[in-house]
Amino acid sequence: MSIEVAKLTIAGVTAGLRSKEFSAEELCREALAFAEAENPKTNAYLTFSPDRALAAARRVDAKLAAGEDAGSLAGVPVAVKDVIVTKGLRTTCGSRLLEHYVPPYDATAVQRLEQAGAVIIGKTNCDEFAMGSSNENSAFGPVRNPVALDRVPGGSSGGSAAVVAQGTAVVSLGSDTGGSVRQPASFCGVVGITPTYGRVSRYGLVAFASSLDHIGPFGRSVADAAALLGAIAGRDEADATSAFAPVPDYLADLNGDVRGKKIGLPREYFKGLSSETGDVIAAAVKVLESLGCEPVEISLPATDYAIASYYIIATAEASSNLARYDGVRYTTRPKDPATLADMYRSTRGEGFGAECKRRIMLGTYVLSAGYYDAYYRKAQQARSLIAQDFARAFENVDAIITPVSPFAAFRLGEKTSDPMEMYLSDIYTITGSLAGIPCMSVPAGVTPSGLPVGMQILTRHFDETGMLRLARAYEAGAAG
Amino acid sequence: MKITEQEVRYVADLANLKLSDDEIHKMAHDLDEILTHVDKLKELDTTGVEPMAQVLYEAGETATLRADREHRPLTNNDAMANAPVTSGGYFKVPKVIER
Repeated sequence: MSIEVAKLTIAGVTAGLRSKEFSAEELCREALAFAEAENPKTNAYLTFSPDRALAAARRVDAKLAAGEDAGSLAGVPVAVKDVIVTKGLRTTCGSRLLEHYVPPYDATAVQRLEQAGAVIIGKTNCDEFAMGSSNENSAFGPVRNPVALDRVPGGSSGGSAAVVAQGTAVVSLGSDTGGSVRQPASFCGVVGITPTYGRVSRYGLVAFASSLDHIGPFGRSVADAAALLGAIAGRDEADATSAFAPVPDYLADLNGDVRGKKIGLPREYFKGLSSETGDVIAAAVKVLESLGCEPVEISLPATDYAIASYYIIATAEASSNLARYDGVRYTTRPKDPATLADMYRSTRGEGFGAECKRRIMLGTYVLSAGYYDAYYRKAQQARSLIAQDFARAFENVDAIITPVSPFAAFRLGEKTSDPMEMYLSDIYTITGSLAGIPCMSVPAGVTPSGLPVGMQILTRHFDETGMLRLARAYEAGAAG
Repeated sequence: MKITEQEVRYVADLANLKLSDDEIHKMAHDLDEILTHVDKLKELDTTGVEPMAQVLYEAGETATLRADREHRPLTNNDAMANAPVTSGGYFKVPKVIER
């Protein structure tokens, strides 16, 4: 038998299982074989998990045979970013330091996926400890963009975006701290969601910057990404920052009317935007207008300070979170260090890649004696102003529409020499991260040379429903 | 220059990072560029603005206290499984105190 794995949707899997076109185990074997055969093109998977996947698929088949509910994601082949821990399954964080790390527990999001019947087929490549915008900072080699193999897939969740674009998983989980789900979604032409801060438990997400870290889903359609979000969202006792707000049924609310919705276009995000991206977003706004949305120009004046604020807060938190990789508990350790201090320093000096070192250094510097007020406190005040900008804007508009990235996918190696230039490219995604509001990238078209461009939709805290509905309306409107 | 190589060495020491001379040199250059950009924040008037330390916190004071239930922690074996060097159920590290 042959299943067209690359085009499958969650609904397609559900229908195929129900009609007995295939069993979960047959689908699992086909999906794994396809993913393993295709992976050398992109290097998107770091590890495959055939034993775990087959066990999960057989559980689904057993439940279906017994006439039980096998879950909303029954049989769906899923990939998980390698910064999200999986019990008994190597989790590297894209780092040499954790090359052989086998976690003793599952992240809550992973548990929830499997409870919903999902079949985890592998772990995806990413920038080391999720630090990067191109996936070129992985210790295990870069990921190539399946849309154009000489280009980057974006980062840091480049592998998770690439497998969905390539068709080697139906959906996947990534993580987003300053744009690491939305930007690769935009570069690879898939849907990527960063939910409200606290909407999804981070228990088992290896910490980068705790006040900014999110787990978020990728899908080839808004409905698939929304279904994945619904399965992992909700309060978790193991993560004190997870939100108590009840989780709505995102799929039930997906196809609502968007007529009369006011969409804010922040002028700060459109000045200086290249025409190849700007034209695609302008055309997408026209589609929303044709669906009855009302565009309104708005201003988010603190935008100019977002990069500075983000790179202080994120690196300060990272310097603290990454202190645990010290050669004692779970990392590789250089041979025969003379003293404890030598052991720490050489473990970290040899283990971390250049980008992690840069961020640890910057974070340590801004928190060091004498600099705290000038940098860290000031950055947190700027963060307040950025969050207030959004709160004020949402008094008048239902959603905000922006580009995801100033440009489409660039070539491998094109931007690696200048770290500041790479940081500046995060401008459109960082503001939503700082404010903690839900944001997503939805494919909006392609540049003249055929590279995907994503449109970002941002809404009020916990209004994933409104955001997804707008994304779905756009997706249907653009297709029709 | 916002930061000298000497300061980079001091910060590397605080961060427990061993860096080569080449890395120190490149790091000073990169941090200088980043700190120059970050200086933009100085133009921003933040008089009376509260620092944003928490993102969203709508829960009541005791809402995040969990029920006091017994649960099984990681076993010693599981907790030690990824350690590079262990001995008798402990993490083993080089000598801390010099004689």
